[in-house]
This record gives sequence, structure tokens and C-alpha cells, in this order.
Amino acid sequence: MSWKRIWTMFKARNFEFFRDKAAFGWNFLFPFLIIAGFAITFGGRDFSSYKVGIFPSPSASVDFSHTKLPEKFIRTEHLQFLGFPDLASGLEKLKHHQIDFLLRQDTSPPQYWQLETSPKGYLVERLFQSGFVPDSNGFGIKETVAGAEIRYIDWLFPGVLGMNMMFSALWGVGYVIVRYRKNGVLKRLKATPLTAFEYLTAQAMSRFFLLVFTLIVVWIGADLLFSFRMAGSYLNLLVVFSLGGLSLTSIGLLLAARGISEEFTSGALNFMAWPMMFLSEVWFSLEGAPQWVRSFAELLPLTHLLRAARKIMNDGATLTQVGSECLVLIAVTLVCLVLGATLFSWNE
Amino acid sequence: MTTPVLEVKDLVKRYRSVEAVAGISFAIRPGICFGLLGPNGAGKTTALEVIEGIIPPTSGAVLFNGVPKGAAFREQVGIQFQHTTLLDFLTVRDTLVTFRNLYHDPESLDALVELCNLQEIMGNMNNKISGGQAQRLMLALALVNKPQLVFLDEPSTGLDPQARRHLWEIVKSIKEQGKTIVLTTHSMDEAEYLCDEIAIMDHGRIIAQGSPAELVRHYCSGTIISLPRERVTIPLAELPLPAREVNGLLELTVERIDLGLEVLLGLKIDLSEMTVHSPDLEDVFLHLTGRKLRE
Repeated sequence: MSWKRIWTMFKARNFEFFRDKAAFGWNFLFPFLIIAGFAITFGGRDFSSYKVGIFPSPSASVDFSHTKLPEKFIRTEHLQFLGFPDLASGLEKLKHHQIDFLLRQDTSPPQYWQLETSPKGYLVERLFQSGFVPDSNGFGIKETVAGAEIRYIDWLFPGVLGMNMMFSALWGVGYVIVRYRKNGVLKRLKATPLTAFEYLTAQAMSRFFLLVFTLIVVWIGADLLFSFRMAGSYLNLLVVFSLGGLSLTSIGLLLAARGISEEFTSGALNFMAWPMMFLSEVWFSLEGAPQWVRSFAELLPLTHLLRAARKIMNDGATLTQVGSECLVLIAVTLVCLVLGATLFSWNE
Repeated sequence: MTTPVLEVKDLVKRYRSVEAVAGISFAIRPGICFGLLGPNGAGKTTALEVIEGIIPPTSGAVLFNGVPKGAAFREQVGIQFQHTTLLDFLTVRDTLVTFRNLYHDPESLDALVELCNLQEIMGNMNNKISGGQAQRLMLALALVNKPQLVFLDEPSTGLDPQARRHLWEIVKSIKEQGKTIVLTTHSMDEAEYLCDEIAIMDHGRIIAQGSPAELVRHYCSGTIISLPRERVTIPLAELPLPAREVNGLLELTVERIDLGLEVLLGLKIDLSEMTVHSPDLEDVFLHLTGRKLRE
């Protein structure tokens, strides 16, 4: 093995990344846009706000000055009221799940509409009906949780970073290697003393370096704008993201071990990426999901990366406390690297 | 006796039912330019890539300097492929430096740049250079390790006549440095201009081998008179000279041109549009296969 050749290919790949302005810019811009978009859209609120359509209302902002709706319901937190001029326009939104519940505010008793199958609609109906019952203190003893609150954006941020890392690792390694195989770049390299192991090591190192570099730049930029909560150690977080980056990169290498079809590889990469996107808790928690879904999610490295990152960021966990997640990431890396290097072909 | 730089023995490459290379054998002396000449699909590129070690053979052996190819083979040979691309976002200089760094004892950058005439494009990105410039860069990459043996697979394909001629001069100067060259081509001009020895391939087999002059002398002695077919009204079989019809032309091979012309004039054949030429490799190929190289 020659470190000089590995270093040479490492530099060449990095040159390519930094000079491809479109890909370079997108790698940084994408996570910023996602985070900024969610920060603006939800303003720190949770996904699970319920949307209630009210009609008649001349504007989207509802005027409750002459309403016949119960005061207690109107003051319920986490309900978002949206005004509609008439029943037809409100029903249109309800049918398309753009609102969860529709109320007529000028009749007594008020009429309401909901979709039979909508869980959110069912819950809003229960809230609406409880609005007619006076408050009572006899149902339980309320306690509040002390300490700083974790905003949705604090919970989301590691998810967006992990997702960006996943896409960058899978496509930046998997897709690129298959493209090089197809257009003959790998064949040209095979004609030199460069070995497959040296080439794959250089690719993995380069992608790992770029992932960590991107992570740090995006972190600093996003933190300046949104001041994320960080309860644990930055160094521990870097270790966890590095292990995650290595495991995702090694999956990319494995997927690119053979094949010259960019279409097939794109499909295979999507097949890997989309389950992670939705089942690794990038956007929402899987609490309450069916057991088989949660078991399946445990097979995905992004699940372990995000769980460890959130434990460090939100709960101040140490590396020992996220040891099991780290071990899974290391195991995925080793298995995929060995398989990828064994199966790798320069031109088939 | 000098040990051949490259010796190929009974090389076969089979893809399921297709035999792309059907048992070829040849040996190449040091310092010569050896050409594999044949039409598209003859198996030249497959043969070359098996010899280079890019694809594995089905059977047969390749000896380099008298011994089976070992780990040092890659250090001592240079390869220019027919179809490859380079990393888009590297400059010509970066590309040369990158490839130099993959070898233990590389050629100096200045020498490569001068030999392949790359001075003006050193700062250009690989995806911003012309076809001729790209071929010169590919050639420079094939020479980056001071190779003893250089493989060039159809190096002038797709180039305009000027760029083609320029490339030939570079190949000539590489040969003058004492390097051994193995070149594939379907251009008889290229083969005649560059090669000291030629193996003609068709359907995966070598059907003739020798120097261009030897091949012509052996298979096509005499002079060839060509006439438009419609000028000759009598049947071919009744002509008193060996003749064949090729792409609307009647080609008559004669030992002495004066005697040939006498016969034609005696038959009152209209000789306007007649051309006369000495046989070349194209005629050798035609003689051996009944087809033109580019058919």
C-alpha cells in the first residue's frame, strides 16, 4: 500500500469537489435552506399544531368578536384558526387534509365538519366538545418540567445535519464511482499502479473530510442564526458525526462496488436513503409507531447517529452513554468496507 | 537472440457464445512500432485490453520481457485507451501531476509538456479542451512513467487531418526514444506511416503478419489499374487479366503496366477515368478477406 498514491487521489477528489461550484454550493446551501425553512414555517412550534377552519370569516385571520363558539375552545393552545368566507371553500381544504376541522361560527349550536378517518379531526372534535364543559381541577395533579425547553428546531437540527451527511455520502461516493466506471475514468486508473484498496481508501477519506468540513461550516452558520441548544461536548458530537459519516460513506462504497448503470445505482441509493429519511427520526419521532417499524429503524445507521447526536446535544450525554450507538456505527463501517473492497471492480 | 518485449501465446477471450479474440500469438521486438490492423469489430481493442491486463483472458499467456506479467508491469507500461474520460474539474497540469504521483519514477513534467505540445493548455480544465488536445493529454499520461512499452488504442480516431498528422509526429518521436509501441488502428495510412510490423486481424484472428512492405509484396505484387465498372462491357471471366469488382470499380492486377494497358486498349475499353496505383495494406486486406477495411 502506498500512502503517496492514496494522498494523490485524496487531493484530486477534493479538487473536484471544491471546484464544482454547483455541487459545492448545494452541499452547504441545502441544509441551511431546510433549517431556515422549518424555523420560519414553524417558528419553534411543533408539527402537531391542529388547524381549524372557521367560516364565515372575511379574511384568513379570524375575528371572534361575534362568534357563537365557546370561549374555552377558542383559547385552547396549539390550535391554529384559519378563516374562510363560506362552507365550500372550507370543505375544499378539509377534503385535502389542509385543515383538520371546520366550524361554522354564526349558528347556535355551532355546526362542524370533519373527515371520518382523520385522527387529528377526532382529537379536535373532542377538544371542541370539552369547550362546552366548565374547567375542573379534579381530574389530576399537574406538574411542570423544570429547565430549558427543547424547541422543535433544536430537535430537528441534528436530523437535518445527518440527512445532509447521508445524501452527501451515498451520492458523493456511490453515484460518482459508478459514473467514473461508466465513462472509463476507473479503467484509466486501473492502468496505473494504483490498487483498488488505495483508491477506495482515498475516496472514503476524501468524502469523510468533506462531510466533516461541511458539517462544521453548516453548524457554525446555522448556530449563528438560530442558537441551537448544546448540552453536551462538541468533541463528543464530532466523534459521533464522524462515525456516522464513515458508516454512511462505507454504504456508498458498497453500493458502488460494481455496476455501470447510473439509473440502477440511483435507484439503489434511493432505496437506501428514503427509508432512512423517514424511519431514522430525521423529521419526527417514531414513538408510538408499530413495533415492526421501530425494529426496522434500528437496522439503519442514521437512526443510531441521530439518537446519539440528540442525546449529546439535547441531554448532555457522554460518549460512554452513547456507546451502543457508536458500536453499531463502527460495525456498519467495517462490514460495508470489507464487503465493498472485496466486491469492487474497476470496469464491470 | 533478443528477448521480445512482449510475447502473446494463444490468447483467447470469449464472452458467452462470442469469441472476441480467437487464439492469437505474436512476439514484439524491442524498439519497434507494432500495429494491430483491422476493421471495427475485428477484436483489436479486446485483444489489447487483455494483453494490458485490463480484462482477464479466457486462456493463453502474455509474457513481458520473457516472463509472465508481474506487479512491475504497471510501472513499466503506458496505456492510451480508445474511450476514456478524465476528471472534469482538474486542469491539464493537475491531471499530469496526479498521474505522475502514482508512479515511482515519473517522467519530468517539462519533458511531457514539450513532447506532447501541451504548453498552452496547462491551465485549462479537462472538460474545456478540444478532441486533439485531449488525445495529446492522454498520450502524455501514457508516457508519464517513462514506459518501456506503450499501448496506443486507435490514438487518432476522431481527429481532423492536421491533428492526426501532429499526433503521428509525436508517436514517431516516442519511437525514436527507443520505446516499443503497440498500436491498434483501422487506418492503413496510419499503420503504413508508423508501424514497422503489422498483424492484420479479422474476426478475432490474425490473418497475416509482417512488415507493411513484406505484406504488400507477399499478397499483392504488381500494379493495380482501376476503372469504372461501366466502362468495361465484357464479362469479368472473359478478361485476360486477373480482375475483381470493388465498390463500383473494376480493379485489374498486372505485373507490367505497359502490357496491361496494351491488353485493355486491344479490347477497345475506354480508359478515361482510369487510375493506376501500387498495392497497399488496403489491398492486402481486400485480398485476404474480400472486404475493404472500412466496410
